[in-house]
Amino acid sequence: MISVAVDRSADAARPWIEAAHPTHPSLVDTRHRLADLYNMVNVPTVVWIDERGRIVRPNDVAFGTDTFRHITGIEAARHLGALRAWVRGEMPEMPAERVRALQSLPTSADQQARAVFGLGQWLHEQGRAEAAARHFVTAGELAPHDFMIRRGTMPMRGIDSMGPQFRSMLQEWTAAGNPYYRPLPE
Amino acid sequence: MAEPIFTVIDDGTPIDVAPRDGAERVRRAQEGGRPVALDEAERVAYLGVSAGERGRRLASLEAPDFTLPDLDGRLHSLSDHRGVKVFLVAYGSW
Repeated sequence: MISVAVDRSADAARPWIEAAHPTHPSLVDTRHRLADLYNMVNVPTVVWIDERGRIVRPNDVAFGTDTFRHITGIEAARHLGALRAWVRGEMPEMPAERVRALQSLPTSADQQARAVFGLGQWLHEQGRAEAAARHFVTAGELAPHDFMIRRGTMPMRGIDSMGPQFRSMLQEWTAAGNPYYRPLPE
Repeated sequence: MAEPIFTVIDDGTPIDVAPRDGAERVRRAQEGGRPVALDEAERVAYLGVSAGERGRRLASLEAPDFTLPDLDGRLHSLSDHRGVKVFLVAYGSW
């Protein structure tokens, strides 16, 4: 297992990692490298990678517990059961064509949004917070489904990512018929 | 007087160049179909990677390698784990 905190700083991720005492590599990705490489648009996102370094199950939404099930509507047990079966080799491999059919590939707008995010993130690292915030907003407008950008940058814009601005963004998004989480159908 | 500096961040790696060299790099990236984000006032440009390139890599099913630090700053790569199954989890404190 490799866990990656896609977060504004190591210190933002530190309390969570220290509380979990992980024995696996537990990494921090302040520049959203993983989001860019794997087209991740929200957290949590999980990917299964086999011994040869092949993606055998693409980006999916999975939780380790049912703590937030009443909000997410996603049950932990289904994915956990499948994960255990895969690790033990008790599960037939998903055919490559099926993996590809379940993948969601980035659009030009997604990659433009990530470039604008990258610009903002660099400015933020330099302490140029106002300029950074402008770019974060623009990036979110370019890819409205990308909550890694829209919600993930909130703490860097002085906004509570679990507060009223997040809730109104979520409300607007779901009222328009869009899902906040997009788990795989199988 | 020293020439002003322009920063070009090429797929995450920043380099400082003279402004006209920065403009040239931006132009070449745009011509090559790469996403470019530019802030003239802040003298910085970010050159990203195209949807086509990222998409082709993902569709190949060969998992893109990455190298990231842990809390102690020690670097880890996905490719260090060849030979075992990897359950990759991205999460955030936000």
